[in-house]
Amino acid sequence: MDDPASIAEEEAILEDIAEMLSRSEKQRENLIPILQEIQQRHSYLSPDAMEMVAQHLGISSSEVYGVATFYNQFRFHPPGKHQIKVCLGTACHVVGGDIILENFERKLGIKDGETTPDREFSIERVACVGCCALAPVAIVDDVVQACMAPSKVEGILLGFDIQRERDERERQESEAIQ
Amino acid sequence: MKLSNRSVSEHFAVLVAKARQKVQESKEPDKPRIYIGMATCGLAAGATETKDAFEEILAERGIEASVIPVGCIGHCYGEPLVVIENPGFPAICYHKVTPGKARALIKAFLEEGDPLFEYVLGAMEENDLIPTVMDFPRFNMERRIVMAECGAINPEDIDQYLASGGYEALVKALTSSPVEVIQEITDSGLRGRGGAGFPTGKKWQAAHSAEASHKTVICNADEGDPGAYMDRTILESNPHQLLEGLAICAYAVGAESAIIYVRAEYPLAVKMISSAIDRAKDVGLLGKDILGSQFSLDVSVFQGSGAFVCGEETALIQSLEGKRGMPQHRPPYPVQKGLWRQPTVINNVKTLSSVPAILRNGSAWYRKIGTKSSPGTAIFSVVGKVVHPGLVEIPMGTTLGELIFDICGGIPNKKKFKAVQIGGPSGGCLPESFMDTPVDFDSLTEAGAMMGSGGMVVMDEDSCLVNVARFFIDFTQNESCGKCTFCRIGTRHLLNILERITKGQGKEEDLDILQELSQEIKEGSLCGLGKTAPNPVLTSIKYFRDEYEAHVREKRCPAMMCRALTAFYIDLEKCARGCDACVGSCPVDAIFTTRGRKKAIDQQLCVKCGECVVACPTEYNAVKKVSPPELAPVIERPQEKAS
Repeated sequence: MDDPASIAEEEAILEDIAEMLSRSEKQRENLIPILQEIQQRHSYLSPDAMEMVAQHLGISSSEVYGVATFYNQFRFHPPGKHQIKVCLGTACHVVGGDIILENFERKLGIKDGETTPDREFSIERVACVGCCALAPVAIVDDVVQACMAPSKVEGILLGFDIQRERDERERQESEAIQ
Repeated sequence: MKLSNRSVSEHFAVLVAKARQKVQESKEPDKPRIYIGMATCGLAAGATETKDAFEEILAERGIEASVIPVGCIGHCYGEPLVVIENPGFPAICYHKVTPGKARALIKAFLEEGDPLFEYVLGAMEENDLIPTVMDFPRFNMERRIVMAECGAINPEDIDQYLASGGYEALVKALTSSPVEVIQEITDSGLRGRGGAGFPTGKKWQAAHSAEASHKTVICNADEGDPGAYMDRTILESNPHQLLEGLAICAYAVGAESAIIYVRAEYPLAVKMISSAIDRAKDVGLLGKDILGSQFSLDVSVFQGSGAFVCGEETALIQSLEGKRGMPQHRPPYPVQKGLWRQPTVINNVKTLSSVPAILRNGSAWYRKIGTKSSPGTAIFSVVGKVVHPGLVEIPMGTTLGELIFDICGGIPNKKKFKAVQIGGPSGGCLPESFMDTPVDFDSLTEAGAMMGSGGMVVMDEDSCLVNVARFFIDFTQNESCGKCTFCRIGTRHLLNILERITKGQGKEEDLDILQELSQEIKEGSLCGLGKTAPNPVLTSIKYFRDEYEAHVREKRCPAMMCRALTAFYIDLEKCARGCDACVGSCPVDAIFTTRGRKKAIDQQLCVKCGECVVACPTEYNAVKKVSPPELAPVIERPQEKAS
């Protein structure tokens, strides 16, 4: 994380947050919407970001941290490029949602809440996405995948592999042309 | 007042006339119309691909037809659902319409006039050609009030809602006094659909008579209950109906601001309700001086950040104030001191969505539906092991048996019904002997379950009640806000014990400890979450004690669901030589070839996902599941030859 590129990236994020904060009113009830907006733009809340929010609203940073950790929505580590959310609601549980989660975990070699070292994938478990009639479901990059099965897990990940290989090949071809 | 009454009605009449005209213009009589259900479940089942296919093929073949995205009619088993209105034919509903079927329908139905009976679910209206959907119990036993227009209108088009009688109830409210409106709601006997069933009229009355400078109305759409999704569907399919109910409520109690608290996990619902608010403001049905009546209402959307406890009204208010969502002591009740210590009415989506129909048709009409103590309809999301899962709106008082077996088609694959879990994590599991119980607030509470938000998960003989109880405690344990000790630590202990039992390490005394601890958690918790969290444990022990005992004494899971207590093996008598179906399906390469060229499972590697059972061709049906795992025959993996 100490390489210049990621430091620059982080600075850019903080700059953007500062700009965003300057537009929002300094009211305590804006805390959750502010955190939501930060997460929406930058996909996670860094300690520095939370500190900035605390200063902006004039409350302690522990208070911001307390609120942020209370709610399931907030993430404190950068997620992967492709986000996989596995639903573990009641209906999904009854038809084996945990088996789907396990398959993703095994194929990617990470646990839920973690991100692969190459920052390509992250896995999360969610309580219910409200597609219970089509259980078990998983959400891959905001697309709801209905009626999941272990073989479908493999298919989805294979799809990403193929896409990546194709992109790589195209990049090489275009380089060769140049 | 009389003068302004007339001007409100006149204002509205102009609006409706415009809307009707627009809707009429868009309905060209000789052009076919294709309606596609595009709510979240439709999208999950592939409605986007189906819509693209329709549009592409229509363009390709040069057919003029309009493709209209609509909400969800609740028949989730048949998604993607498509209704086609072809001139000269009745409107026909097709289910499971894939892009391939879309192509076939355009070619055969729109071009050649053959409605392709094999894909038809039913006609939407009486006719001589095709049986109507009303012939199914699923349709004719339902009584749709809240969901009447869901799936029939485009949720993003306010004109369609106006043309179908929308906002008439608001006008009726605005031309009467708040007291009259409250009286009508009180007379109707409407009870809060959020779970507890508190009389809505009483709540409004209390807020109305509270003295304050500022009052707020909040719509609770924080549907955190896993297994329930009717609020989402209503927001996505008919947001204006909710806004109308919200405005009526605000007018009745004298509130000037309203907040819709919706889960951030429902992005489509957030989008639909936000755009509906904008549209209603544009035409003057929300915002300042609504229809010239001097009544103003400012509506905003707040996205809940995913905490189950925020469904509790005091916790919800904390969260709106930017704090951790911890429940507070009541009294004072929110109708006295709620958001920013001002009177606040909090109503569920279904409650508010019922209001317009009640005002339009009168309280006497509403009273005729449902039972005496619980008038009206209830919406259930019936999911799990049923043939036709989805959303069902039925009059209160329908029995559980009718709901599960008649309306939802019973249990698939000739399995046996075991239990139904009602009311989400706070509800209870009821066995078959309760099938004659009518569903209403009081009967369900009496049976040990609760109405809750209306989530209903049906379980067949393959579902282990111990495991399901563990699942719910895992959920509530996670969602406990941590304020009350018994809820915070007690649920953790319940979970530990249940986990031990499902792993076959249960002790004889565990059952008594579970019951005792459950009782203490119920007594020692402040809010509904803690008070009801042990319900799944208590009811499952009460009705399915033998299952707990099998886990504890025999280390056996009768339903073969607890993975630590089951094993898969391949019956060598049945396995066919040369068939490799299971080998490819195994995610961990646990299946190997035996000396006799048949297949066997390496128990050390097996993760018990059950894929090989699915993969094994039905003519062999060679993969067997047993509990306890020791029953599986041990077959040594032959040494790999050195290559």
